Amino acid sequence: MTWAMIGRITDIPRRGARCIETPQGKIAVFRTAEDRVFAIEDHCPHKGGPLSQGIVHGAAVTCPLHNWVISLETGKALGADEGAVRTIPIKVEGEMLFIALAALSDCAA
Amino acid sequence: MTPHDIARVQTSSAKTAPIADAAEKDASAVTKTERLVIVGNGMAPGRMLEHLFERAPGRYTVTIFNAEPRVNYDRIMLSPVLSGEKSYEQIIIHGDGWYIKNGITLYKGHKIVSIDRDAKTVTSDRGVVEPYDKLVIATGSVPFILPVPGNNLAGVLSYRDLDDVNAMLLAAQSRTKAIVIGGGLLGLEAAAGLEAQGMDVTVLHLMPTLMERQLDPAAGYLLQKAIEDRGIKVICKASTKAIIGEKKVEGVELADGRLIPATLVVMAAGIKPNAGLAKDAGLSSNRGIVVDAGMRTTDPNIFAVGECAEVGGHVYGLVAPLYEMARVAAEHLVDSSSTAAFVHSDTPTKLKVTGIDLFSIGDFADGEDRNEIVLRDASAGVYKRIILKDNRIIGTVLYGETADGAWFNDLKKKQVDITDMRDTLIFGQAYQGGSPLDPMAAVAALPDDAEICGCNGVCKGRIVGVIQEKGLTSLDDVRAHTKASASCGSCTGLVEQLMALTLGESYNPAAVQPMCGCTTLGHDDVRRLIKAKNLKNVFAVMQELEWTTSCGCAKCRPALNYYLVCDWPGEYADDYQSRFINERVHANIQKDGTYSVVPRMWGGVTSAKELRAIADVVDKFDIPTVKVTGGQRIDMLGIKKEDLPAVWADLGKAGFVSGHAYAKGLRTVKTCVGTDWCRFGTQDSTGFGIRIEKFMWGSWTPAKVKMAVSGCPRNCAEATCKDVGVICVDSGYEIHFAGAAGLDIKGTEVLGLVKTEDEALKVIVALVQMYREQARYLERIYKWAKRVTIAEIRRQVLDDLEKRQGYYERFVYSQKFAQVDPWSERVSGLHKHEFKPMATIGMPQAAE
Ligand SMILES: Cc1cc2nc3c(=O)[nH]c(=O)nc-3n(C[C@H](O)[C@H](O)[C@H](O)COP(=O)(O)OP(=O)(O)OC[C@H]3O[C@@H](n4cnc5c(N)ncnc54)[C@H](O)[C@@H]3O)c2cc1C
Ligand code: SF4
Ligand code: SF4
Ligand code: FES
Repeated sequence: MTWAMIGRITDIPRRGARCIETPQGKIAVFRTAEDRVFAIEDHCPHKGGPLSQGIVHGAAVTCPLHNWVISLETGKALGADEGAVRTIPIKVEGEMLFIALAALSDCAA
Repeated sequence: MTPHDIARVQTSSAKTAPIADAAEKDASAVTKTERLVIVGNGMAPGRMLEHLFERAPGRYTVTIFNAEPRVNYDRIMLSPVLSGEKSYEQIIIHGDGWYIKNGITLYKGHKIVSIDRDAKTVTSDRGVVEPYDKLVIATGSVPFILPVPGNNLAGVLSYRDLDDVNAMLLAAQSRTKAIVIGGGLLGLEAAAGLEAQGMDVTVLHLMPTLMERQLDPAAGYLLQKAIEDRGIKVICKASTKAIIGEKKVEGVELADGRLIPATLVVMAAGIKPNAGLAKDAGLSSNRGIVVDAGMRTTDPNIFAVGECAEVGGHVYGLVAPLYEMARVAAEHLVDSSSTAAFVHSDTPTKLKVTGIDLFSIGDFADGEDRNEIVLRDASAGVYKRIILKDNRIIGTVLYGETADGAWFNDLKKKQVDITDMRDTLIFGQAYQGGSPLDPMAAVAALPDDAEICGCNGVCKGRIVGVIQEKGLTSLDDVRAHTKASASCGSCTGLVEQLMALTLGESYNPAAVQPMCGCTTLGHDDVRRLIKAKNLKNVFAVMQELEWTTSCGCAKCRPALNYYLVCDWPGEYADDYQSRFINERVHANIQKDGTYSVVPRMWGGVTSAKELRAIADVVDKFDIPTVKVTGGQRIDMLGIKKEDLPAVWADLGKAGFVSGHAYAKGLRTVKTCVGTDWCRFGTQDSTGFGIRIEKFMWGSWTPAKVKMAVSGCPRNCAEATCKDVGVICVDSGYEIHFAGAAGLDIKGTEVLGLVKTEDEALKVIVALVQMYREQARYLERIYKWAKRVTIAEIRRQVLDDLEKRQGYYERFVYSQKFAQVDPWSERVSGLHKHEFKPMATIGMPQAAE
């Protein structure tokens, strides 16, 4: 698996998210209150809302368009809603964040 | 034209059209099933249909004609609608969906004018002729209108249906004098409701004491005192001679010559069964439509139920017996040889005026053969009287303390010999057999067949059984399953005690709707505790109030953030990550993830320079859509998030600031051109609107706040559907509030008239600050006002000058920290991470 460096953990506000542009579309990278980081497609399973713009709580994000709650760990919609987004492996080394490029090309397939 | 075509024509609103559609689908079935036609869509036939559909679904194709243009609602609850404690939507019994589901054709606003018994058809005033196999007449009652001169003047109303309530609410906006004729149940409820709406109310009652048909003079006297304590005047032995007025009501003249001024007169002097239609059709009628114990009229294919029916020589005006009629009629519609029979019973009377407890049942006149037990407690305002005959209860009057009503009623019904408990009887059930018991034990001691809900005839055993069987835990569930306390609601306390008894510890009667899944506390508690415990950041709140999640959710965080911003201006640092994206980036997210931007145009006024700047921005950033908003300003839609800071920078150079079109905060102040240009203008509405907007922009509020100022009552700025509106008049500024024109539509309430612009500004600011401090997050002003009542708000921001000043000063202080243009802050670099991707991977460089 190839890992691409995307920046520092401190580039993302706690309980917030930033985006990464890729040829396959945007990826949202989240940082929780406890400094855990997650990367998922920035595309809500409901109607494609930008999840990176939602409110982050626990290890979940609430979509800004119609309030679906998406688990950052599994990419699945929580509660009564059904659907999932792709999660992308991400690792932290020291301050630096890396995401798995292989997963990205899967996205394209 | 077929009847269904007409249904389609008259149900023109989108909401009701599906009913006609459903009927259309069933049209082919009409020949197979029997046709049941019902005249009147009140509470009695509604209940009858419920029984019918339960017992024999699909047996009949049902068509209903209702003179009132609406579905079946809980008429009993009109008083809470009048007083503002409930909305019409909350008292609907059968929504449109119910009619669709049951394939019923409902002709709203069709009055049946004749019945042709030979042809077996009915004809409506709009020309629909509908054939029937079985017909049910349920036309209810008509209010009795005193035959005095002037009884048809504008401003004379009766109290029977929602239209009457709406007319009263409209009249109450004037906050002038009202007279209610009739001091019975209906009249007193009308009086209390009008008083709650800010009217100065006088009740005229012909008899020496109030509610003399249900109360003895002693209880009538206590009731009169309680009514007068609320500021309602009561004149007994008042015989109305005439209603005075040119075109509109100006007052009432009494037989003794007294003249009482009023702009509204409500006649609540009684009702009479509405039997005319049946009489014209040749059906036997007396006071009401005469029916046998099976609710059949003298024509075997025609039934009558409800207040219009006379059975065994009685007519009825309370729902309990009407519901019994409904049950019996349904039995006979299912099975023509049924032996179900209506039996007369007394129904207790209760008054639905908050804060007044009274209960009366049976016969309480004095007499040779009867004796009585009386208990008075003057300091507590309690009066109890039990009337006995042959050592058995025949009547009970309770005032001030009514908890034992159900027990006395039970003893009366079962004709229990009370000789043994005679000495302690009046103290109630808790005192029987030794030491006093707590109220719960009293309920526990009631036999299973004791009636708890008089309206719906639900006994204790059934309520307990259903709670256990279905595992119910909330009052609403119990209402849904048993109907107990679902009509007039006066037995709610008893039902709650039963729930506590059955569920034990797990029932929490004061349960409030929690803010969200992270806490059991409701919004009001959280607001109170934030202040009481001096909690000054989101994490402190979650810790101290024992949130069950580590960092809240998307529901509670924005609410908490708002409460803290509002309560601790200057101290609390906004929690940026607890705001919705729109408030984080100061623009409105659109469905494709792009944003729209709306600059402020003070009072809706703009200039060539501003328009040119907007045009330049649109060209430069290739903005796809430019649209004029409903709030008198310009919206630029489809802007990429990355472009936002540059767009704002350019707009900022032209002098624009954020319009907060995204905020739970002050949005727009619409204005008309007022005295500047308009030939009707009475004040400088444009100038005043701009002044309000410049004073209040930037403030965060529980939900959005939209305002408007119109220069005269022609109201070109549409101020009467806004959160806050001003109508300028010659004598000053009429301040309106609590309107809505979104999901709900509601005209504003009048807060009051003030003379100067300065005072108007102060009152408006105080009003908004009171709302900021008290409302629940996302609760618009009209919903909040409904909860705390118009009268209370008026008292605090209009009448109480000290309170007004306090609110005003707190608002002014918090504005010091709020009036910062968010756009220019961001142009100078604040939160710049928001607007740039963190990284770009594998993208072809844009080198071509
Ligand atoms: C303000 C108020 C408070 C009340 N409080 C209580 C209370 O606390 N407890 C209690 O038990 N009872 C109370 N009542 C009485 C109770 O509401 C009535 O007894 C009950 O609603 C009567 O039901 P109904 O079906 O007989 O007639 P209604 O509910 O009056 O329905 C009759 C319907 O038939 C329609 N209609 C009439 N003629 C025609 C026609 N020719 N063609 C088509 N449609 C027609 C009318 O428009 C009306 O909608 C109260 C009533 C009012 C007005
Ligand atoms: S509301 Fe009155 S003053 Fe204002 S524009 Fe309309 S007519 Fe003129
Ligand atoms: S009315 Fe509905 S669709 Fe139109 S802008 Fe408002 S929310 Fe969107
Ligand atoms: S697009 Fe995310 S909830 Fe609708």
